[in-house]
Amino acid sequence: MTPPKRLRRSPQGATLAARQSRIRGVRLIGVGVLAMTVLLGGCAIQPWVKPYERERLADPIMAFSRNALPERHRDHVRDVREGARGATGVQGGGCGCN
Amino acid sequence: MNMSLHHRLSRERRAAPSSLDPHGGRTLQGSGLGALLRGTRWVLCAALGLAAGSALPVVTPTTLAPDFTLRAMAGPNMRLQEQRGRVVMINFWATWCGPCRQEMPHLNRLYQKYGASGFVLLSVNVDDDTRNAADVAAKLGVTFPVLWDTDKKVSRLYDLATMPSTVLVDRDGKVRYVHRGYLNGYEDTYEKQVRELLK
Amino acid sequence: MAATDLLRRLSALLGGVLGGLFAAGGARALDLPADNAEAMFHSYNGGGVNANGPALLVRKSIADRVSLSASYYVDSVSNASIDVVTTASPYKERRNEYTFGADYVYRDSQITFGLSSSKEPDYTANRYSLDISQETFGGMTTVSLGFTRGSDQVGKHDAPEFADIATHWQYRVGVTQILTPRWIASANFEAISDDGYLGSPYRIARVFGAAVPERNPRTRSSRAMNFRVNGDLGSRDAIHLQYRYFWDTWAIKAHTVELGYSRYFGDKWLADASLRYYRQGHALFYSDNAQTETTYVSRNRQLSTFDSVGLGAKVAYTWRKVPGRYEVKLNGGYEYVRYKYSDFTDIRTGTPYGFNAGVLQLYVSATF
Repeated sequence: MTPPKRLRRSPQGATLAARQSRIRGVRLIGVGVLAMTVLLGGCAIQPWVKPYERERLADPIMAFSRNALPERHRDHVRDVREGARGATGVQGGGCGCN
Repeated sequence: MNMSLHHRLSRERRAAPSSLDPHGGRTLQGSGLGALLRGTRWVLCAALGLAAGSALPVVTPTTLAPDFTLRAMAGPNMRLQEQRGRVVMINFWATWCGPCRQEMPHLNRLYQKYGASGFVLLSVNVDDDTRNAADVAAKLGVTFPVLWDTDKKVSRLYDLATMPSTVLVDRDGKVRYVHRGYLNGYEDTYEKQVRELLK
Repeated sequence: MAATDLLRRLSALLGGVLGGLFAAGGARALDLPADNAEAMFHSYNGGGVNANGPALLVRKSIADRVSLSASYYVDSVSNASIDVVTTASPYKERRNEYTFGADYVYRDSQITFGLSSSKEPDYTANRYSLDISQETFGGMTTVSLGFTRGSDQVGKHDAPEFADIATHWQYRVGVTQILTPRWIASANFEAISDDGYLGSPYRIARVFGAAVPERNPRTRSSRAMNFRVNGDLGSRDAIHLQYRYFWDTWAIKAHTVELGYSRYFGDKWLADASLRYYRQGHALFYSDNAQTETTYVSRNRQLSTFDSVGLGAKVAYTWRKVPGRYEVKLNGGYEYVRYKYSDFTDIRTGTPYGFNAGVLQLYVSATF
């Protein structure tokens, strides 16, 4: 007589149970994401800066990055001399300059 | 905009088929299931501490285009209501918006081609600095009327969601098409729709 | 019939809701980066090191869908720094760096693919990167993700038997948020992992006063968080604020604070001023003169406790401008930086080391 599926202790059974719970977990996350989407889609924090109010923000002096070359160079000069690196918005290249 | 106008617009939207409604006839918003979903959404939003809103745009196809009067770059003030009987394209633009500048030559061509057949193009500029905008308009070689909306009243009235925005109004003053943004190829759609409305 | 009809309507609702969440307002299009070209002469002078050279960048959009860019950068280095002077002899070297990039825009997303290759006589570094940025919430929020993978080949002058590699992984995530019509803020996070030979085959460490070749760990994992705010002050000027916190598995902690101010003068002039303060703590295995034997030891002053203050000024002159067509600007910038080390001594004098550096950038930039 075969034991009920729940009590199976074979390696295949263990991985099957793990896979089942993982699938259940993924389904749960999927349903959660869907619910959140429907939820937040109906919640109204409307964008408060309208497209026609963005004149000042479109000015080059308000941009975080104006000219790529000088910024890359400035970032490189600092990278070589300082221990800190990264998160500056410049996708830099490497060099053996230490 | 007062509440009665708002209610009138939402009733109109439910009654007439919208050109943006892929299914035709009544949309889900109007049916009982829609009401149930809206209610549930409201409860869930309240639970999150947010206000449940209905993002109902003011300017949708089949509504009357809101009337406005604006100062023109060259010539007297222009009022939208006076253009009844003609097909009107209201184009909102700004000097700082790249796609707006890109579509100017195409709009110019449209204006010159159909201007005599009862087509009018009102380009509403939303810059703060009208002198600079006039300069840019001149350099782009525009021949259609440019109107100034420096206090953004008309932009707010039309609830612009993008820059540029183009609204096509038919001879009866009803909004027929709303275009958000500009991508290469849009000018062909504009031409097709203008010809359709001119018939 | 009714079931499929209902299903269709539900999917339309979901599509509408999702669309609303990610693109409130319809088919918005991100702008492709503007076509531009830059030519620059750069010069660094400080602490006995002189590095200068030209740099070029060209960016052009193809068929309104893809923007391609290429840049070439040269560093001619004349190195007589304190390390070189006290432990070796001055040398001259030239480094070339080539970078290629492709940007693709689809509706509200931008995908950037980049390749970079840097070559010097004893070091080759290759990087490839992928960045995705997505505009959401009516264009007010931009979320970006990025990944860079690098692989380096490390060599040594006059020692062909020395050959090693280093690999790097960089993961970036950033959010840019429009706060008001005049203020915009951004937060960036970057995690960098390095593996392999992370030191310099020429550098000497000091243990009990004696010179030994340095021994660096073969892995390093670092994190950096950067916060920036730009604000328009109303009279054709803007203020820039930036703070970065850095920490890594070598126990280095660093703070960077930068303050900047930009202002237009008349029709043609734009001036920027900046003040930057940087401070870092030393790496765990760093020592100016180690008094114990440790697995890792380094006297690399880049890993020591030091701070630096930089004062910079930049000026841009609009030489030719046809709005909507092209614009050519002449730019010049200079930054004066003072480095002060707390636990790195100048063995020529016995006092903590410090030096001044000047960074000069002269460039022509054109958008068309």
